[in-house]
Amino acid sequence: MKLLKLVPDDTNIKFLKWRIPFYVVSTLLIIASWGLVFTNGLNLGVDFVGGQQIQVTFTESEQAPIAELREEVASLGYGEPVIQRFGADNGVSIRFRLPPEVEEDAAAADAMTSRVTGAITDNFADARIDDLSAVSGKVSGELFETAMFALAIAMIAIAIYIWVRFEWQFGVGALYALVHDVSLTLGMFALFQLEFDLKIIAAILTIIGFSLNDTIVVYDRIRENLKKYRKMPIVELLDLSVNETLARTVMTTLTLLVVLVALLLLGPDSLFGFTAAITLGIFVGTYSSIYMAAPILVWLGVDSHSFVPDESSADKQDRVARGEA
Amino acid sequence: MLEFPTWKRIWLWLLTLGLAAAALPTIASLGNVRWPDVLPDPTVNLGLDLAGGSHILLEANREQVGQQRLENMEEDVRNALRNAEPRIRIGDVSTRGGRLSFMLDDPAQLDAAREELLPLINGSGTIREWNLEVLDGNRFVLTQTDSGLEQAVSMAMDTAIEVVRRRIDALGTREPTIIREGDTRIVVQVPGFDDPQALKDLLGQTAKLEFKLVDRNALQSDIEQGIAPPGSEILPYAPGSAFEGSTVAVRRLGGIRGDNLTNAQQTFDQQTNEPVVSITFDQQGGARFAQLTQENVGYPFAIILDGEVLSTPNINEPILGGGAQITGGFTVESANQLAISLRSGALPVDLTVIQQGTVGPELGADSIQKGLLAMAIGALAVLVLMLVTYGRFGLYANLALVFNVLMILGVMAIFNTTLTLPGIAGFVLTIGAAVDANVLINERIREERKRGRRVVAAVENGYREASRAIFDANITNVIAAVLLFLFGSGPVRGFAVVLMIGIVTSVFTAVTMTRLWVAGWLRKARPQDLNL
Repeated sequence: MKLLKLVPDDTNIKFLKWRIPFYVVSTLLIIASWGLVFTNGLNLGVDFVGGQQIQVTFTESEQAPIAELREEVASLGYGEPVIQRFGADNGVSIRFRLPPEVEEDAAAADAMTSRVTGAITDNFADARIDDLSAVSGKVSGELFETAMFALAIAMIAIAIYIWVRFEWQFGVGALYALVHDVSLTLGMFALFQLEFDLKIIAAILTIIGFSLNDTIVVYDRIRENLKKYRKMPIVELLDLSVNETLARTVMTTLTLLVVLVALLLLGPDSLFGFTAAITLGIFVGTYSSIYMAAPILVWLGVDSHSFVPDESSADKQDRVARGEA
Repeated sequence: MLEFPTWKRIWLWLLTLGLAAAALPTIASLGNVRWPDVLPDPTVNLGLDLAGGSHILLEANREQVGQQRLENMEEDVRNALRNAEPRIRIGDVSTRGGRLSFMLDDPAQLDAAREELLPLINGSGTIREWNLEVLDGNRFVLTQTDSGLEQAVSMAMDTAIEVVRRRIDALGTREPTIIREGDTRIVVQVPGFDDPQALKDLLGQTAKLEFKLVDRNALQSDIEQGIAPPGSEILPYAPGSAFEGSTVAVRRLGGIRGDNLTNAQQTFDQQTNEPVVSITFDQQGGARFAQLTQENVGYPFAIILDGEVLSTPNINEPILGGGAQITGGFTVESANQLAISLRSGALPVDLTVIQQGTVGPELGADSIQKGLLAMAIGALAVLVLMLVTYGRFGLYANLALVFNVLMILGVMAIFNTTLTLPGIAGFVLTIGAAVDANVLINERIREERKRGRRVVAAVENGYREASRAIFDANITNVIAAVLLFLFGSGPVRGFAVVLMIGIVTSVFTAVTMTRLWVAGWLRKARPQDLNL
């Protein structure tokens, strides 16, 4: 049986030739992402800002009565809800931010939830509440903070491990690549104002996991080649390492995409945002392993001395005496 | 690298098959197949986001525990000093500002008073519960120590969890999860239950029932202005009761609490036919209730629920039978609910809902069905891709992948963990990493062959060289998983748990087991060339 080869043998693509423009663009993208996060803001879900998110299906109706629904819930005096069609034609999602007077008062927020759901089920006989999530201001801040804290601590610990196993330059490179991935994902959410909730945190964690996997595979090969080809210029060596691992990178990315695309097309609506985030992240993560994590080693001055100790003069005399080159 | 002695082969297989078998009950339940009762049935619980159900997060009021403790202390101090020989009289008692202070009428009794208070201050446990100060020679000030308050909060939470559990059991739903989170929070999850309002009504009621004497000497004008006579407090009538909207003054001390009950039931009043709650005291409660009613025949007393007065009936005759009827403008439902709450005991502290959520069973079922279908199709595509790319080695990788999925489910089932949506993300990540491990190994073997190594050496080198990157990648994931578990909350933790299990089983199946199979094949077939 003839086996499939996705990448021809002995590729020699000069990945690092364009490293400076790529680096400039990527760094600008990181800055732009954070700019977007701070100016546009993230469209934080109720998990992080408090409020209610309710999904309702009107089982007996063709179309969800959005206008009537808006009128009913707005008349409760908690401000304007965001009402959107969700899933099928007769499904809606209703989102309420916590009004300021309720923000600090968990009991009032709870009463608000009861009144809103009551207004929906009392006025629309065929309303079926599929999903409800209500978070008081007390918890929402904590959820966001602990998630971000855990994320930051995990990234730093990973960088330290890579520093110990490789060299400090590699730790910096891996961290920079991770910052790149997280920043661009956040930027994407800020730009398109996609809802950012706890599920997306799980998605970001997954992206980090894959990106790191990629980075380490490339780094491992660089470490190996640095020991093997002591005299090779660093840029050439990095290109060689990326090319040698290219078949693996393509194959792994492809298998992941196959699963993710299946989830995107056939999976439940509730997983769509989550899967979309991971899918985008896979591209960003693969790119960053090649174009962010590797070139930084050139500028941070990695060479074979990082792994192989300098030859002492005594060793050199031994070698010459043995007649080796 | 490729030597596997028989004993090693046997235990590798036993471990693999054992853990994989543990996944079968879970798979059977997903496919709605009945699992034989005689076999053990560890199963993976599906989280509420997947299976549907309600969850609420409750928070206890710490200050309230402190205040309650202060009031209990006041009673204890009064009793101790009253029963002292000779009696020690005190005045100017205050519980304001979180501390209990009082003055001795006779400063000469200072030492005697101190003697009486010592056992109260030291409490029963190993820690000191109260600080005692004496000011100006005759004023005692008692403040709670931090550790004393912590202990009280902790005990209140233990009781609260018990009470919550009893109340939810009364709903008759299946397998609720009730766990304490942090110092003052309780998470309640009820799978398959999509009426969070019923849950909140049940748990929102503290159900602290008290019987206190109405202060007959209070002036109506004072009550209206909210001025309580000394030793009394002003309480509002409960919504729905006969005097809703007005207030009444009751004696603060000397009442009894409704926590000594053996039963509570919704019944109907024989004369008016309105719904009431009939309660039965235990022996101690009955005796105290008898005493209270005996001493106050002809006077009204207040029935108080959670700080609101339900009714103020007159004591027409001493009630000696140990039973009583609570009236207060109930409907059948509200009387029934109160009966449940009273039967399960009062919450030692008020609980506020700070987070809640419900996933309807339809949505949950839909998520699972679509999710499983998508995963199955995606996985099938990966299997085909691996097979056409790596041939026999792809087959081994695929076998490893199937075992890996089974083993993750098996380990999760054995530890009775819950699979949530973020958990599925962890699943995808570990399976991706497992496939990647095999891709790394197989690509490396290809490379080694290309460089002209012999078959066995190429395979050995392939596994050795690829293992280094696999090892580093997985250790970093373990670090991430452990930290996320320690510092993260809720969903982040769900992700981390699956990741931790998955990393171990992935490395085991993708590296160790495939190596076992490849080694077996090499020994039998002794191939001169590899189709790779």
